[in-house]
Amino acid sequence: MSAKRIGVLALQGDFKEHAKMLREIGAEPVEVRRAEHLTDLDGLIIPGGESTAIGKLLVSYQLLEPMKQLISSGRPVWGTCAGLILLAKDIGGLQQPLLCALDVTVRRNAFGRQLDSFETDIPMPEVADEPLHAVFIRAPLVESVGDGVQVLGTLEDGTIVAVRQGNLLGTSFHPELTGDSRFHLYFLQMVESGSAAFSAAHG
Amino acid sequence: MVAKSTELTKRGFAQQLKGGVIMDVINAEQAKIAEEAGAVAVMALERVPADIRAQGGVARMSDPGLIQEIIEAVTIPVMAKARIGHFVEAQILEALKVDYIDESEVLTPADERHHINKREFRVPFVCGCRDIGEALRRIGEGASMIRTKGEAGTGNVVEAVRHARSVFGSIRQMTTMSPDELFAYAKDIQAPYDLVAEVAREGRLPVVNFAAGGIATPADAALMMQLGVDGVFVGSGIFKSGDPARRAKAIVEATTHYEDPRILAEVSKGLGEPMVGIEIDAIPRAELMAVRGW
Repeated sequence: MSAKRIGVLALQGDFKEHAKMLREIGAEPVEVRRAEHLTDLDGLIIPGGESTAIGKLLVSYQLLEPMKQLISSGRPVWGTCAGLILLAKDIGGLQQPLLCALDVTVRRNAFGRQLDSFETDIPMPEVADEPLHAVFIRAPLVESVGDGVQVLGTLEDGTIVAVRQGNLLGTSFHPELTGDSRFHLYFLQMVESGSAAFSAAHG
Repeated sequence: MVAKSTELTKRGFAQQLKGGVIMDVINAEQAKIAEEAGAVAVMALERVPADIRAQGGVARMSDPGLIQEIIEAVTIPVMAKARIGHFVEAQILEALKVDYIDESEVLTPADERHHINKREFRVPFVCGCRDIGEALRRIGEGASMIRTKGEAGTGNVVEAVRHARSVFGSIRQMTTMSPDELFAYAKDIQAPYDLVAEVAREGRLPVVNFAAGGIATPADAALMMQLGVDGVFVGSGIFKSGDPARRAKAIVEATTHYEDPRILAEVSKGLGEPMVGIEIDAIPRAELMAVRGW
């Protein structure tokens, strides 16, 4: 089986760290800066960065619509931190361009400023047997989830920080920064089973 | 267990700024223009370097009230500058909850021998450098992000290029050195050996490295990105130009699409007057900012 081609939105943020992780687990990362880079992808990662800056570049370079189409085609899309914000349907009334795909309400900078950034271990049995080490940087949190959204991980106080809805994955922390590839492997499995289902339906 | 202000949260935050533009602003209104243009962060200060240069006198940390107003005006991160060695200014900036402190040669140094011990602080620091030795000394003192200094307030990119070429050239040389040579090299450049060995092994600095000082056009930003920096600081270049909002947006787009000359041509059209540049040789040596710090 050939390596899965997974796009990494490369407008701004820590996209190189995602690409490095993907390479390490045997996938082929593709940097996405313009709409034509979205063709022939098996999945897409929207990295951490500044969601306002990335959102403006998505609009200026007409990427919002083709990315929405990629999502509705059923290909897996994963947003980390800023990426989670961009995937969300609702960010509490802030005026920013969004993909409006993931049925969650997200609050930006929810934990405070940089001084409140933190790291901790989070059990996520759906993703891995042992807890994952997670780093939160000026991170958003998921305030509420719609029907059909599965909560993959919470902090000890119940704050939701990882969700999945069908082909969409969102985390408010940064698995690309901790050198632990289990979350990327989980996403790669989604990509592999997604293409299996796609071939079964269209084959 | 929850751990705050760790090396990973400090360095990881800088990772989130990569591929972006950090803009100098002197009030809330400019901060909003910068955010609207797609800045990944703003640097709050009272005077941009071009004015500090023109007006002279001692340049200090900004009024905390002004920094507070800027923090309240935008959702993006806010950085602020402390004088080299002025750890009390840094304590005040930490109390204001700025997201990053720039221990900056653009302000008048407060200590001619000691930089701030940045490991004592919970807030992360960015520091300037002209070469690899200076970069590693700052990282050794606890800086979580580095920027090449350039010559601030000149609108002339030549010093930024010199400093970036020096840092990247040295890193390339280090990757080919034998272990015995690395010990001698660490001594020559006056940098901690462990950091020298790490850079030689990884082929890059252990922290994010932006360019600063003299970047005035989209082409300047793309030039620095192609030379290998992770992002750019633009100081006087935006708000000392004819059409700041438009130029700011163009520099943001050039920093993303830095390898695409067609897009660079497009975004560079009709930006109006750039800031007036200064030839470096025309600046009296005592007024050069990059030579402050060591």
